[in-house]
Amino acid sequence: MIWNETIECATREEMRKIQSQRLIDTVQRVYHAVPGYRRKMQEAGLVPSDIRDIDDIVKLPFTIKQDLRDNYPFGMFSVPMSEIVRIHASSGTTGKPTVVGYTRKDLNMWAEVVTRSLVEAGVHRNDIVQVAYGYGLFTGGLGLHYGTENLGATVIPISGGNTEKQIQLMQDFGTSAIACTPSYALFLAEVMKDMGISPDSLKLRVGIFGAEPWSENMRKEIENKLHIKAIDIYGLSEVIGPGVSCECQEQAGMHINEDHFYPEIVDPQTLLPVPPGEKGELVFTTLTKEGIPLIRYRTRDLTRLIYDKCACGRTLVRMEKCFGRSDDMLIIRGVNVFPSQIESVLLEMSETEPHYLLIVEREGTLDTLKLMVEVQEQFFSDEIKALEALRKKITHKIQSTLGISVEVKLVEPKTIERTAGKAKRVIDNRKI
Amino acid sequence: MIAKQVSVFLENKSGRLNEVTRILGDAGINISAFSIADTSDFGVLRMIVPDPEKAVEVLKSNDFSVQTTRVVLMKTPNKPGTLAKALQILSDENIFIEYLYAFSMNEVSAVVVIRPTEIERCVEVLERYGANFEREM
Repeated sequence: MIWNETIECATREEMRKIQSQRLIDTVQRVYHAVPGYRRKMQEAGLVPSDIRDIDDIVKLPFTIKQDLRDNYPFGMFSVPMSEIVRIHASSGTTGKPTVVGYTRKDLNMWAEVVTRSLVEAGVHRNDIVQVAYGYGLFTGGLGLHYGTENLGATVIPISGGNTEKQIQLMQDFGTSAIACTPSYALFLAEVMKDMGISPDSLKLRVGIFGAEPWSENMRKEIENKLHIKAIDIYGLSEVIGPGVSCECQEQAGMHINEDHFYPEIVDPQTLLPVPPGEKGELVFTTLTKEGIPLIRYRTRDLTRLIYDKCACGRTLVRMEKCFGRSDDMLIIRGVNVFPSQIESVLLEMSETEPHYLLIVEREGTLDTLKLMVEVQEQFFSDEIKALEALRKKITHKIQSTLGISVEVKLVEPKTIERTAGKAKRVIDNRKI
Repeated sequence: MIAKQVSVFLENKSGRLNEVTRILGDAGINISAFSIADTSDFGVLRMIVPDPEKAVEVLKSNDFSVQTTRVVLMKTPNKPGTLAKALQILSDENIFIEYLYAFSMNEVSAVVVIRPTEIERCVEVLERYGANFEREM
């Protein structure tokens, strides 16, 4: 089944027409309503009338995450606050989160794209969908929630954690679809096994997994352990949240809802568009968003676009699973982590530049974060209890900054490897 | 008397203590006394050496985190009950001890290394009782 055939199966010509008109409208609006965009366009010698169709998008300046931070909290909104009906936010580098605002229309559009995604995943109105993404400032929970309601399926808004209860409700309520991070899905499978519950005794049929990178191997593992079809959903809060793109039953790339989010692939060094089908950095322009429209927003995710028609009948362009980042961001248990966040915590606690190493491992099914901190002169105390207190303080500060637990280990100076004078900051040992 | 104790941060892994003693040995520095306080991950090596400045310098140049701490060296007769008496005095005077360690120099006398919270007062108290202390023994 296809939720919105007119759009999802439109010809390239029809789609271009929609995109062109919407881009023209968006540029008009942001030029007049958002000073930051106007200034950037003026610096590039552009006026709104220079944008006449979707191909003119390449003339526009890029937007980066730093622009959102510089305009914290609401400086990039293109409507008055009275029009904003909801706020979401993702963790920030210096304690300040990236804030996004939604108008009523934005929320309706978001529900629409999540509904399309759910239908692509094979969910229908008779399904019972357990939303085990976190509810709150994170977009995962509420994003899936309203998409499910919009479809007419039943939503169980259980949020993350509480694993045994999750499994009990699956049994009692007859949950047929689950939405969570792929690593949590594996964890669920493990706990289920420990509880002596066979997946065949459940009605669970499909999983909608996202918010962190996962591989084809992990998909196989989830599908084998839970006896379900595992579907990849993609999104980022700056653009909307989950539902920017999602796989269909073919599991051959995620269909981008390109009538709302226009994708480009650029070379992360030159920022020039790459030839069609080549790999590069994914860039999005929102075409209908009112709260916080984004012009050529650099996602830092590396992927490629597939324009061929999909066997499912949809013509929406597909993106491959992201195979990396063009910056140093890590995604750990669905949480975005920048090494610079660790650095700023350590800097707060000492005068000089700290040396540290982040080690990310996948133990069983869950990601763990270890932080090695060199005990330089400024940290060293003769007393064990002071060192223990220091370790606890670092642990606590990092946990409250990142929102995920971390194991801190104090190590001797110069034990963290330097390459060309520069310390290596991250070792990612996860096999994903 | 007050002495400068040298403290070194050590990770709990094999060969680290050996490395410190080798460096000091190569520099011709004798270790008069030492103790190690440890947790599951790391430890602090504390030492009394004749030339603390030189010890700090060679250890720092070998990338160790080093610190000096002022400690009290109390010389006592090497006899049963002496340490108990000394500690009783400090306890009576409400002097709190962060840590201490001791070594005997020979059959006759021993040295106790004390890290009190209030070093000046500790010295003052020990001096006040110290004379009597020695005489009694």
